[in-house]
Amino acid sequence: MKTSEKHVKEPLFHITKRADISILKSILIYAVAVVAALVICALVIISVTKYNPIEVYKEMIKGNFETKRKFFNLLQDTAMLLCISLAVTPAFKMKFWNLGAEGQVLVGGLASAACMFYFKSDIPSWALILLMLVTSILCGIIWGVLPAVFKAIWNTNESLFTLMMNYVAIQLISYFIAVWVPTGSQVLGVLNQKTKFGWLPDLFGQKYLLNIIIVLTLTVIVFIYMRFSKQGYEISVVGESENTARYVGINVKKVIIRTMIISGAICGIAGFLLVSGASHSIHKGLAGGMGFTAIMVAWLSKFNPGVMVFVSMFLMFLQHGASSIATKFNLDKSVSDILIGIIIFCIIGSDFFINYKINKRAKAKEVTQ
Amino acid sequence: MIVTLLLCIVVTQLILFVLGFSSNNTFYEFINAAIIQGVPLLFGATGEIITEKSGNLNLGIPGIMYIGGISGIVGGYLYENSTAAPIGALCIIIPLLSSFLGSALMALIYCFLTVTLRVNQNVTGLALTTFGVGIGNFLGGSLLKFFGRTGSISLNKIAPYFKAKLPFADSLGNFGKTYLSFGFLAYLAIIIAICASFFLNRTRAGLSLRAVGENPATADATGINVTRYKYLSTIIGSMIAGLGGLYFVMDYTGGAWTNNGFGDRGWLAIALVIFAIWRPTSAIFSSFLFGGLYMLCIYIPGLSSSTTELINMLPYVVTILILIVISMRNKRENQPPASLGLSYFREER
Repeated sequence: MKTSEKHVKEPLFHITKRADISILKSILIYAVAVVAALVICALVIISVTKYNPIEVYKEMIKGNFETKRKFFNLLQDTAMLLCISLAVTPAFKMKFWNLGAEGQVLVGGLASAACMFYFKSDIPSWALILLMLVTSILCGIIWGVLPAVFKAIWNTNESLFTLMMNYVAIQLISYFIAVWVPTGSQVLGVLNQKTKFGWLPDLFGQKYLLNIIIVLTLTVIVFIYMRFSKQGYEISVVGESENTARYVGINVKKVIIRTMIISGAICGIAGFLLVSGASHSIHKGLAGGMGFTAIMVAWLSKFNPGVMVFVSMFLMFLQHGASSIATKFNLDKSVSDILIGIIIFCIIGSDFFINYKINKRAKAKEVTQ
Repeated sequence: MIVTLLLCIVVTQLILFVLGFSSNNTFYEFINAAIIQGVPLLFGATGEIITEKSGNLNLGIPGIMYIGGISGIVGGYLYENSTAAPIGALCIIIPLLSSFLGSALMALIYCFLTVTLRVNQNVTGLALTTFGVGIGNFLGGSLLKFFGRTGSISLNKIAPYFKAKLPFADSLGNFGKTYLSFGFLAYLAIIIAICASFFLNRTRAGLSLRAVGENPATADATGINVTRYKYLSTIIGSMIAGLGGLYFVMDYTGGAWTNNGFGDRGWLAIALVIFAIWRPTSAIFSSFLFGGLYMLCIYIPGLSSSTTELINMLPYVVTILILIVISMRNKRENQPPASLGLSYFREER
């Protein structure tokens, strides 16, 4: 051990926890973070494409809003990301790290596709759609509740359990595609192309409108459930402190399992919407990594479904915009992942300035040792 | 635990023989392939164990392994293009150093956010993975375009140095072919794992590191610099993990890059940490076991394509089972570091 005679250097800063912060100030901090993120992104874009970043950002806006089709694609993807974010929200609020949304969505989609594949046109379309919805929800629940049961009873690490369930789901899809497509091409074409059985109907001539409306309704329901219901309150108590929850008589195990049933069910709905309302087929990349992006969306919006609408739209805007600049400048599409990464780093980093205060060390040398 | 693992290996071996491994050659090939598949996992798992021992649950490891690979490729590519006659030693050192640099930078981002700014570790880790995989695929897909070329990357001057096997390997029959035919990084993986085990269990710094992971407040009170330990262990751990990516692109694929080619190995490496219950020496055996499971379907003859997909599910199912078993047995020495995943703030009680 070193002797305590050594002169202790006074640190330059002294960090304390903030008791509270005005809304205006916190919005200002976030705004600064977003601007900083956009500036860093612009620097990256300049260094890569050597184009004027304003032109590039213009191209991004064009990629999202140029045509009605592009705009509705943006809305559809936003709705899907929003739906999955809603699904993970109750679980995260409970500090249950459900990294398996991707898998839960995929089995939901798989269940829908299976219904379409096996029933073809034996039953009326509305009955088929209903059946698809129910089986998707059930499969999503199974995938979500399995880790929850083990977490509740034996405290099994849920983040790794759910993570592994993703890959089990992916392999399950590969298995069924191999069974369904005997040629071995590993690609399942669009199901019921001619009869459109099990397809969600178009609203006002727009294919995705029904999806969007369903997700928006879900947003309101989740918001009310989390904010005003007794169960929603129990979730936040368990998330803050399990001991407190136990002390006030909340059955923590029950809450964990119940919440994951809800989480899995919403993921199942997302899978159903993706298959019945959009792709009418199934493949491994159906969820396209949105299960992971949704976690960041939920975190960035502080579990507030209203904010989630904007955050998921912003991220999807970036993704679509980045893929259109990638096509335009002949770059790889993954440039959007880089931009999303940078923006998330900046925003989550800015949380620090909201939660903590940096005090400059005052000249308090007269303090007695 | 090691005994259980050895048992696992024996059981797998028995299953293989039952399934019709009459020819010994196929069996040796299988062992060889299992080890080759296991090496990237071992690097990743060792790195993550060192990181987690400081209380940092770095879910960015998959991204970091991509970065480790692509930085090595970029470094190697620049060097290969700068000289007509590359020098052997530099062919190894330049990709190695650039890989270290890339992974260390990623770890710095992670540490700055989680240790200094105390952001949630899971969210930071996931963002880091998105970011790292994005950079890997972006550079891998566009590197040649920056230089005005087309086609795909292949470092055929540098990769042979990474693939070079021991000169007497082929003369030792099946033993040599199975166990001595790897590039140097494979042996380095095992050496690093053993050194990590020694460091964690037998040195003073290792003890302090474990103290930081178990209870940072107590460690802080005894005069251990918590921030420094967290930073260093995460950076060193991620440099080790990055080597896994480098091994994959240089040795396994022979200097070529395909987008998303590394796949989900990073997540498997994180799962391995639990499988090996935070012990680098157990990680050696378990990573080879995982590698075997990864390759199993190729070595079982006469499988239909659907059964292949079910067998490919095995590594993940086994991980889940192990997770459940460990949590059910609930032994004190098998638990994760107590403060894993939590940020430390000195003034918080």
